[in-house]
Amino acid sequence: MTSENILIQVDQLSRRFGPLLALDEISFEVRKGEVMGFLGPNGAGKSTTMQILSGNLAPSAGRVMICGVDLLDQPKQAKAQLGYLPDQPPLYLELTVDEYLRYCARLNRIPAAQRQGALDVAKQRCGLTEVGRRLIGNLSKGYRQRIGIAQAIIHSPAVVILDEPTVGLDPIQIREIRHLISELRDEHGVILSTHILPEVQAICDRVQIINKGRLVLSDTIAGLQQRMRGESLWLSLHQPPEPAALEKIVGEGQVESLGDGRFRIHADQLERQAERIVIEAVKNNWGLHEIRPERMNLEQIFVDITSSELGANDERAVS
Amino acid sequence: MMAFTIAGRELRSLFISPLAWSILAVVQLILGYMFLTQLDLFMALQSRLLGVEGAPGVTEIVVVPLLGNAAVVLLLVVPMLTMRLVSEERRAQTLSLLFSAPLSMSEIVLGKFLGVMGFLLITVFMIILMPLSLLAGGSLDLGMLLAGVLGLVLLLASFAALGLFMSTLTVQPTIAAVSSFGVLLLLWIIDWAGGNASVGQAGELFAYLSLLRHFESLLRGVFDSADVVYYLLFVTLFLVMSIRRLDADRLQH
Repeated sequence: MTSENILIQVDQLSRRFGPLLALDEISFEVRKGEVMGFLGPNGAGKSTTMQILSGNLAPSAGRVMICGVDLLDQPKQAKAQLGYLPDQPPLYLELTVDEYLRYCARLNRIPAAQRQGALDVAKQRCGLTEVGRRLIGNLSKGYRQRIGIAQAIIHSPAVVILDEPTVGLDPIQIREIRHLISELRDEHGVILSTHILPEVQAICDRVQIINKGRLVLSDTIAGLQQRMRGESLWLSLHQPPEPAALEKIVGEGQVESLGDGRFRIHADQLERQAERIVIEAVKNNWGLHEIRPERMNLEQIFVDITSSELGANDERAVS
Repeated sequence: MMAFTIAGRELRSLFISPLAWSILAVVQLILGYMFLTQLDLFMALQSRLLGVEGAPGVTEIVVVPLLGNAAVVLLLVVPMLTMRLVSEERRAQTLSLLFSAPLSMSEIVLGKFLGVMGFLLITVFMIILMPLSLLAGGSLDLGMLLAGVLGLVLLLASFAALGLFMSTLTVQPTIAAVSSFGVLLLLWIIDWAGGNASVGQAGELFAYLSLLRHFESLLRGVFDSADVVYYLLFVTLFLVMSIRRLDADRLQH
């Protein structure tokens, strides 16, 4: 891939708040046409990273390049390529939607002739056409969130940074916002922070997991799916046999009895095992009603990674 | 220029809320009353003044006290206007809109300052309509009026710059209001020590620092560039400090 496609390049970014090291030498890049999910538990440094990328916070060390322009050396040029939705949408409640968005268009130096066009496009994309003349203060949280997104994309920036864009929305609104974000992918690079895991699986191309200020995982969604590959079978029976009978079928694998006729089977070649178990179950009338491969979900990976990292840190602290 | 965009939004938000209207109304009402009492006084004195050589005219008796009173009334009002400038945005977390837009800190601060100045100029315009109405029935010393208005505008610019700075220091608008009022009042009366012989050299310095002292000479119709420079320096100082303060927001929390 050529370097022209790299929209954001983050190099060894660190940020201290007094004695607290909030970000520890984070590096990553985002390319055009990519939605990058930024995951992490509370206080991991997600919002800090977003604030640095958007120029709201200066890093203690490191470099941020936006479309090849250094954010710290030439902030104006770099910020012109940037749309940012903070976790709290920055809205003036006393203005109407149109007034507010027109003001944002001006702030982002959209020439007067194109302002109305940009306004219409942004409103249409975020589903705000109906509410243009209403006061922001009178609109619901879902609408406010959409106005926040409209504000971030009104000047068609190369990079759109969204800090927890679906927090506090109802399921239908969440779906709409997700749809909007996947549309944005075509023309913009998107960075999205969230702690809602299915959201990442639904819309992101790549995932970065951050914990205690450090990047602990950076992978594509496809790579992540690989990690979720199943390693065990889940089995429910109405008339369960003795575990020994199952063990005989499974052979070298392990049978874990979970009570109430439920078993977990760890073995190689799960497909063949499943086939054999089904045949035996029917033959012996075990009352098989559920059998499925168990997959690790993103949540487990997330918990695994963040908690193991936690353990590693503790060990380091002890030694 | 981007500062005007921000100033326009500030002004707009002021006039959307009842605040701007009520301030304009109250200021106009109080100063109107003062203007009329002063006018009454002039009418009573007029016949006696006629015979006196070099007696004060209507400008000295009516207009100058009006502008002087306007300064005191606005000393109370400006902190209420400036308190929300930055602190309110910080509280509502709307500052990030400005910080992530392609703007420099100076444009943001200048925009906020010009927004308040726009409102204060409207107020001053409303106030001088009163003395100007006297032109219908007589003549005014226009030079003196102009010097006085210039002094008032410069004074208000200083109030606004200081109020803006105070607003960048805090998240609570009321704290910004109280502290800017306190500092302004202190700078207003600081020359009281000037008359006190025991303070000596420092007294002169205090007198020089006083916001009031420089305004008084302009009110008397004396245009001294030193007074104008004093106000310009005052405004610049507090605007630069506001820019520095906002910059520091990004550097540490």
